[in-house]
Amino acid sequence: MKSDQAAASAPPRAVWEGSQGQTTLTLSGEWMRGNVPEMTGDEVSGWPDVIRTDDLGKFDSMLPAYLFRKLRESEEAEPRLSELPDNLRGLMELALKVPERSDAKSDNEEPHGLRRMGIASRAAWNSIVSVLAFVGDSVVAVLRFFTGRARFRGREFWSIMQDCGAGALPIVSLISFLIGMILAFVGNVQLANFGASLYVADLVGIAMVREMGVMMTAIIMSGRTGAAFAAHIGSMNANQEIDALKTFGFNPFDYLVLPRIFALVLMLPLLTIYSNIIGILGGMLVAAGVGIPPQLFWTELLTTVDLTQASLGVFKSVFFGAAIAIAGCMQGMNSGTSSAAVGQATTRAVVAAITSVIILDSAFAVIFTILDI
Amino acid sequence: MSEPDPNAKISVRGLTMAYGSFVVMEDLSFDVMEKDIFVIMGGSGCGKSTLMRHMIGLKEPAKGEIYYEGEDFTAKDAAGRLSFIRKFGVMYQSGALWSSMTLSENIAMPLEEHTDLSAGEIRDLAAYKLALVGLSGYEDYYPAQVSGGMNKRAGIARAMALDPEILFLDEPGAGLDPLSSRRLDELILRLRDSLGSTFVIVTHELASIFAIANNSIFLDTDTRKQGGTGDPKELRDQSDNEAVRVFLNRGESSGKEKES
Repeated sequence: MKSDQAAASAPPRAVWEGSQGQTTLTLSGEWMRGNVPEMTGDEVSGWPDVIRTDDLGKFDSMLPAYLFRKLRESEEAEPRLSELPDNLRGLMELALKVPERSDAKSDNEEPHGLRRMGIASRAAWNSIVSVLAFVGDSVVAVLRFFTGRARFRGREFWSIMQDCGAGALPIVSLISFLIGMILAFVGNVQLANFGASLYVADLVGIAMVREMGVMMTAIIMSGRTGAAFAAHIGSMNANQEIDALKTFGFNPFDYLVLPRIFALVLMLPLLTIYSNIIGILGGMLVAAGVGIPPQLFWTELLTTVDLTQASLGVFKSVFFGAAIAIAGCMQGMNSGTSSAAVGQATTRAVVAAITSVIILDSAFAVIFTILDI
Repeated sequence: MSEPDPNAKISVRGLTMAYGSFVVMEDLSFDVMEKDIFVIMGGSGCGKSTLMRHMIGLKEPAKGEIYYEGEDFTAKDAAGRLSFIRKFGVMYQSGALWSSMTLSENIAMPLEEHTDLSAGEIRDLAAYKLALVGLSGYEDYYPAQVSGGMNKRAGIARAMALDPEILFLDEPGAGLDPLSSRRLDELILRLRDSLGSTFVIVTHELASIFAIANNSIFLDTDTRKQGGTGDPKELRDQSDNEAVRVFLNRGESSGKEKES
């Protein structure tokens, strides 16, 4: 049907007339997309008693859709279609062939008030329970592994390790170097006021090894690797690959979650040490710019940063690694089976990973203060 | 509720399937004999795949039991089910190949886990199973690199990896061209005859149903109960249930009405 021709011809029109309890619908013109039908008379809800179609021109789905709405409103079991022209009647009959399933409409009604509060608090409680369950499962699986009852594929483990270790080096280098430089810049501005520029070395050193190195690495890995874990496992779930693992007698938890936890717990400390070194180099470069030679910077740094200080960040990174891996894997395993659900799982994984890293870090800050380290 | 048939390979008794409070199918009871090619049929969305998921233990029944060779499968815990699951081979609707592994590695993985074969023997077996489904030469391709139909066939090859006693196939013929679909039917018949496997197949392709199946169950969407069980050719001509006859005659007037 050519709509460009239709636009020039008679406009679509529906005229409703009611007389002596009988409604008549007169349809005329070209009912094509782009022509707004002109409704006149008292439109009734439901099927008219008489339909006249003498002046009806060409039509596309606009007209059947309009009539179909009228038919649904009328709720008649056997509407009379005999007055319609053949082609229109054929289309209407096709649409009516399979009756509307009244129970197919989903009851996705928006809950309100108390009900919504109840649903939200129950969801919150369920999510706490599922986090605890997943962490518990992880611990049990690790124990199973060390007693030789859980296995996974070595090759897969190596490729995950490579991806979340060596693969992350470029981005960790860039971020750490910049963070080290920023710390030195900001520190120098303040310390120079007291003529104590040299202490910029201590500031950069302590800040990097205790907090910034491990923190920035953990946040990079949350976005990079935690998200990848969730997306990978989530799409395996969507593609029934996890079901396939189960029916071949593999424990999906051992095969998918364990290697990821191990890989991140091993790699995050290494990345943290690397990040500390690069960050200190960044600070050193800025310090050199304001007149502190690298040798002096290094000697001053060693007066405050000892092995105990340096080990704190690395110690924390073990826990951060486990938290990021668990957050990613958990969201992946619990993800729905549509592509939208996988996207949501990925988002939740990153949010959960970063949140848990920060919460753990504050807990460590309190503990280290109490222990006076 | 009747006792399970001791001679049957699979007996299902009074099975009710539900998602939460939404009942999918009620009170299903049927038997699958050894070497049967058993078809689960019914309209779209009537719970065919769900029934299969119950039979392989991926979903828990709301009510009822599933017996394998007289042993109650539903009563066992996850560990107890392992010995049953080792006898199963399952092909999922989309193939569900592990996407990070090549086709050959997909088939090798169950073999590595459950057998003591050497790497060379496993490679040979994987190549042979792929050749059986017409994928010779595709050993080193990843699932994403081959077509949907090939994924499906590779899924069947993987399901056969451990020479299972019972093969569950979820819509094996859907999305295949008529020739491949025909080849698949022949493959199923030949495997049944030579290996003595029992097949449980979810499908609604009539041509394929009449060509291979000797036993079946029809799931009726309207009543949410089983519409009939038995040989699909007999069901087509003699079933008491109108819905079954209409379905198996592709909506044309059914045999029983013509006779009477």
